[in-house]
Amino acid sequence: MNIRQQFVATVEDLLAQDPRLVLLLGDIGVFGFRNAFAKFPGRVVNIGILEQATVSFAAGLAREGFIPVFHSIAPFVVERAFEQLKVDFGYQRLPGCFVSVGASFDYASLGCTHHCPGDVALMQQVPGMRIVAPGNPREFDALFRESYSGGPTYFRLSERAHTQDGAVSFGRARVVRTGTRATVVVAAQSLEPVLAATADLDVTVLHYTTLAPFDRETLAKHTSGTVIVVEPFYTGTLAGEVSAALSAQSTRLISCGVPRQFLTNYGKLADHEQACGLDAAGLRARISTVLQ
Amino acid sequence: MNEAETLRELRRRIILAATTAREGHIASAFSILDLLWVLYGRVLRFKADQPKWEGRDRFILSKGHASLGLYAVLAHHGFFPFEELQTFAGFTSRLGGHPDSNKVPGVEASTGSLGHGLPMAAGIAYGLKLKQSTARVFCVAGDGEANEGAIWEAALLGAHHRLDNLCCLLDYNHSGDRALLTGDLAAKFAAFGWHTAAVDGHDHAEIFQAVTQPSDGRPRMIVATTIKGKGCPPMEGNPAWHHKAPTPDELDGILAQLT
Repeated sequence: MNIRQQFVATVEDLLAQDPRLVLLLGDIGVFGFRNAFAKFPGRVVNIGILEQATVSFAAGLAREGFIPVFHSIAPFVVERAFEQLKVDFGYQRLPGCFVSVGASFDYASLGCTHHCPGDVALMQQVPGMRIVAPGNPREFDALFRESYSGGPTYFRLSERAHTQDGAVSFGRARVVRTGTRATVVVAAQSLEPVLAATADLDVTVLHYTTLAPFDRETLAKHTSGTVIVVEPFYTGTLAGEVSAALSAQSTRLISCGVPRQFLTNYGKLADHEQACGLDAAGLRARISTVLQ
Repeated sequence: MNEAETLRELRRRIILAATTAREGHIASAFSILDLLWVLYGRVLRFKADQPKWEGRDRFILSKGHASLGLYAVLAHHGFFPFEELQTFAGFTSRLGGHPDSNKVPGVEASTGSLGHGLPMAAGIAYGLKLKQSTARVFCVAGDGEANEGAIWEAALLGAHHRLDNLCCLLDYNHSGDRALLTGDLAAKFAAFGWHTAAVDGHDHAEIFQAVTQPSDGRPRMIVATTIKGKGCPPMEGNPAWHHKAPTPDELDGILAQLT
């Protein structure tokens, strides 16, 4: 089951359990949710391609006690409707879930209009907005169930999934292993290439699937000296959080992410990961250099 | 106090609040005052001492900058004491230049950014239908606000989902004309599938008649022709007063001219 199929399964299950849930599809995922349309009339809506009004409309539902779940491609959820997310959900402190697909460049061949490496950094600008970046379908299921009703929450779904086991918990980083030479802070799906790149290296690996609120405590507890952040979105997105977590320590910070430029090549997701140095070989080269 | 005297008193309170704060959108507050007066006085179901009463009709001020008009009417109906108006726009006041739903009793939506209130009202209307509630949703938007694409997105949503429990009054004070002519807004909303009516936005009988017309299954848009600054001749239709308060020296002269 890929993460989009998991999204369908999880939300269908919750629609049956929680009458507050209302799903608004931005004219995507309609086939996947075909059974839910029939099972939950009125609560599963193909709302159309009008993201700004949809987010405000969702806030109206939230005001009436519902928990809206809005689903579209990342740039159209976050960038097109950003002010609606800020005012109608952030400022008004209303609960709601914004579930995007596409991540930084899953839609590689569709070009820069469909890329969204800036979504996490943008959502960080909305006080109270929670940001969840699951690393695989299992993590999405656990994190969504745990957090969907707790406030405005952005779920960043990527096609790329890691294969590691281990329980995830909203708001907590997972200590994957401990070492002495550096701490690798890895977000979401990048866990897989990080573990491959550091298998024989004496480093701590902390896996983050909740990016806001950021678990500063676990990072502070497991850091001495060098912190390497692996973030499959714009480079530096998590730097402010790392800096805040380690303000009392002298730290060297290295960020490995997506460069802040338009990635005008097409190809496949793996081509872009390689070009950005976010695959196992690229990360191996970068981390080895840092540890020299 | 008769109705005209009470409305003059509300205008006086609004001007005093803005003068103390040294700012405020007085002219916009005056253009919607008769609309709110009719809605809160004769149409909306609400309990001022229980602002979250489930059976209430919801009201959304989509053009949030006219907040002083809403505050005056809410205070008149007992949502909070009249004296609080004098704190308007103060550092710790609940009453800001745009209304905050987390601070002000009776305010359903934090507006200010134009084009958010009407689609939120549509979502509330949809939610009420899901709950099988008979409560209704009323909204006041502006003609300048109708420049925003989200208003027309909301027009599509309202018509498609047959939100006959949603009624929007469009305060057509022509403040947008200097930038972008919006033309015949009643015809435009009719083309989008709304039940429309056109009224004099300062004629209480016309407003009441339009607002209480039974629904025919479509959402309703009542285009209310209004005068910005209505009730204060020096401000009427005068763009200089869009966001400006009288100076203490001007105050007595302005108050003396209230109609």
